[in-house]
Amino acid sequence: MAEAVSAPRMEARSSNITGAFREAVYTGLVALGMFVLLVGLKTDQNIRNELILVQRWGLLAVFVGVAMVGRFVFAAFVRPALAKRRAARAAAAVPEIVQESFLKKNFNLLAIIFLFIFPPLVVTTLGLQGSLKWVDNFGIQILIYVMLGWGLNIVVGLAGLLDLGYVAFYAVGAYSYSLLAIHFGWSFWILLPVAGLLAACWGVILGFPVLRLRGDYLAIVTLAFGEIIRLVLINWTAVTKGTFGISGIPKVTFFGLISFDVSDPNYIAKVFDLPMSGVYYKIFLYYLILCMALVTAFVSIRLRRMPVGRAWEALREDEIACRSLGINTTNTKLTAFATGAMFAGFAGSFFAARQGFVSPESFVFLESAVVLAIVVLGGMGSLTGIAVAAVVMIGGTEILRELSFLKVIFGPDFTPELYRMLLFGLAMVIVMVWKPRGFVGSREPTAFLKEKKAVSASFTKEGHG
Amino acid sequence: MLDRPTSASPILQVERLSMRFGGLRAIDDLSFEARRGEITALIGPNGAGKTTVFNCITGFYKPTEGMITMTRRGGERYLLERMPDFHITRDAKVARTFQNIRLFAGMTVLENLLVAQHNKLMRASGFTILGLFGFSGYKKASAESIEVAKFWLDKADLIDRADDPAGDLPYGAQRRLEIARAMCTEPELLCLDEPAAGLNPHESAALNMLLNEVREASGTSILLIEHDMSVVMEISDHIVVLEYGQKISDGDPASVKSDPKVIAAYLGVDDEEIEDLLTEVGEESVVEGLDAEPDASHNVEPSASFFAGPIADTIAHSDEEEHIAVSPGASRARIVEAREKAQAAAARKRTKPEARDKKGTTAAAAGAAAKARSSGKIAAPEKPAQAERAASLSGALVKPRGGKADDLTRIKGIGAANEKKLHAHGIFHFDQIAAWKAADVKAAEAYLAFDGRIKREEWVKQARLLARSKETEPSPRADAGKAAASRAASAKGRRK
Repeated sequence: MAEAVSAPRMEARSSNITGAFREAVYTGLVALGMFVLLVGLKTDQNIRNELILVQRWGLLAVFVGVAMVGRFVFAAFVRPALAKRRAARAAAAVPEIVQESFLKKNFNLLAIIFLFIFPPLVVTTLGLQGSLKWVDNFGIQILIYVMLGWGLNIVVGLAGLLDLGYVAFYAVGAYSYSLLAIHFGWSFWILLPVAGLLAACWGVILGFPVLRLRGDYLAIVTLAFGEIIRLVLINWTAVTKGTFGISGIPKVTFFGLISFDVSDPNYIAKVFDLPMSGVYYKIFLYYLILCMALVTAFVSIRLRRMPVGRAWEALREDEIACRSLGINTTNTKLTAFATGAMFAGFAGSFFAARQGFVSPESFVFLESAVVLAIVVLGGMGSLTGIAVAAVVMIGGTEILRELSFLKVIFGPDFTPELYRMLLFGLAMVIVMVWKPRGFVGSREPTAFLKEKKAVSASFTKEGHG
Repeated sequence: MLDRPTSASPILQVERLSMRFGGLRAIDDLSFEARRGEITALIGPNGAGKTTVFNCITGFYKPTEGMITMTRRGGERYLLERMPDFHITRDAKVARTFQNIRLFAGMTVLENLLVAQHNKLMRASGFTILGLFGFSGYKKASAESIEVAKFWLDKADLIDRADDPAGDLPYGAQRRLEIARAMCTEPELLCLDEPAAGLNPHESAALNMLLNEVREASGTSILLIEHDMSVVMEISDHIVVLEYGQKISDGDPASVKSDPKVIAAYLGVDDEEIEDLLTEVGEESVVEGLDAEPDASHNVEPSASFFAGPIADTIAHSDEEEHIAVSPGASRARIVEAREKAQAAAARKRTKPEARDKKGTTAAAAGAAAKARSSGKIAAPEKPAQAERAASLSGALVKPRGGKADDLTRIKGIGAANEKKLHAHGIFHFDQIAAWKAADVKAAEAYLAFDGRIKREEWVKQARLLARSKETEPSPRADAGKAAASRAASAKGRRK
């Protein structure tokens, strides 16, 4: 009996292998066809400036080989394993109550604790100068995008209004801080709310004309608004110095008590008797943006449980039903635009203070697209998902700079940074295939009677503009 | 049976409501009222304009003409046709549901009910600002709102599913949830658009129970559109029957059920019977022309247009006497009605052409009998309407001097329909209009539902000219084409 069962299984296994082999061959052919011109042949110039054809058969072989091996492994082992698991799960008709792991349950708390101990951790392991890159390029950079993502989440994720010009408010915040700080010498702590308010005003100004628009039309107008702001910054040279940008933006101080300027008498190293280093300022900025991002998260969570937050989500679900319930949709949309813009304004003024230099180059459409991609990848409306997406997208592109070991494989003239956008797109396609509604597709209800059940993504709508 | 005020105090009055979409008259001069504490049903065949009436009442459409008055418990009156839609729910306390259910599918059942209490919670949370800083006022209001939601969930039998997404509920439960959500806005009038559509008998019974509970628990009056006659006949106190945008019957369920016009509208009349009817009414010419192609382009008789098809029906005919609202000639009720009228006419020994003429001009209004009934009802709380209205315009006459009225349509801006309305007010001559003062103009505008149009088109000035030079020169209005154009233009201006 046992043999009778195992014999077909053996047969299935061998047919699996041969099938996988066949698939691998086809894949290899397709890969060869695709890459023979792109990789195998390369046009170049010789010393006499003549066009020559460089042949790279070895590299081509590597590409095709990787594709074939990958396909073979997938077809022969991964796919049957997945099918078996699915069958096993289907067989267990009664869905077992999956005990959530400790890590999954307390993910948010653990993540916040990790973020707070991150700088000391890096400083102790890599030393003062070694930690600079990790705190600044990774920590601060990612947290800025987390904050922008959470801000845009209010507009796109909650209210369902597709905004492609979000970077405009970021620019308003950055320029507000730089100009006011340079001309009036006001401190960051006064200008932070001012920049937020100015950005919120611009949010309302953008909101008014686009109230009637939906979907694609709304996206186009917001895109245009973003470009208008950038063009104004470029061309209004009397105020913004155009493409030269504004430099010498004052640094942030710790409420005026501790300065991060070496020449000041209350410079941090002098106060605490520490060795001189630029990393203190970066660590301070890291904690500053971390707090700002957490405030953004706190306010978003609070707002969602307020009537206005529920009205935003209701607006995303069905605008006509909203109006039939006596909700003023005009005000609701405007508050969404203003609140989202305000957080971008905060982030913008932080950005200006961190860089010490702003120019219109920093506020191109690509920035809006990246922030929007973070929100969509993360799962619209989910703060955790957006934070994870920001880490993946921004951290991922930053980490490419660190992958110099790839030169060993692909030769000395291989620069991984050049493939940044390619991998960026690839990652997005993969995530959207694997999780079409983003990393966290389900929605947390804002109120409950008995138990909090997440709302599956198949019910929520993306909004129609 | 129930202890509720049936003292016939109207909660909603719809007066002379018209809604035009281009050439199509979805609602044509409709008047009816819903009384406080009652369930008023609006029924009629498909395409009768029921949902359009709802959309006008709840502000989703702005009516072309007419007045919709909502009277709240405290006695405040709201003119719904002038309010933006969300004000209607917030201030006038009229809530509605939709024919194709519009729930917030991605939000839980409880959240749906909390969204409905938006305005109350907004105030409690100090427009978000106080609530954001955790003031206790909002916490209390929030707990209260959950209690309100629980109350309605209990009534709608959805309490067990409160934490499930609304999109996950079965169809009947979604219908009940939509009603519960509308009730959370604390309405005084609840407008239900086909609440029983797509429900099985069991769910339909549950719906009836919910509606009765709604009425008992909150004293909310209900206006409903429904096709399911078992629901309508069982729960409604008052039924208004529409056909092609006009009212053909109005009364309690028993009287509506036995009304021949309603039966005709729903069940239709045999072709032979139509022929008989037309002969009876005296439209031999039409009967003769039955074999031939119908003349769709001109002066189609209301009953004849039954054969002309729906497109010709919507054409506004501009001949000397009327921009005939032949609307929907297919009205079978009209045929029955015409028979009644013809009989009455015969009894009064009227001559045939006159009877026909009258029919032509009253085509804009619904059946004569129904109209008389309804206008009598509207007038009930006031004095006899006609007399009071006539008194409100200075110099009104009971009938034209010398038995012959001036051709008021010569005044630019007055069409045949308005002429008729003015006649009803005792205005027959140019000099009467010429003598209007500002107050009269205002009163006339209110009645004709013309905001500022009388002043804009300088009716008084025109009337003065015409009164002075009666019959001296042919008015440009004689040119029918132009008249139609000017009318269309002014209609467009108003709609804007």
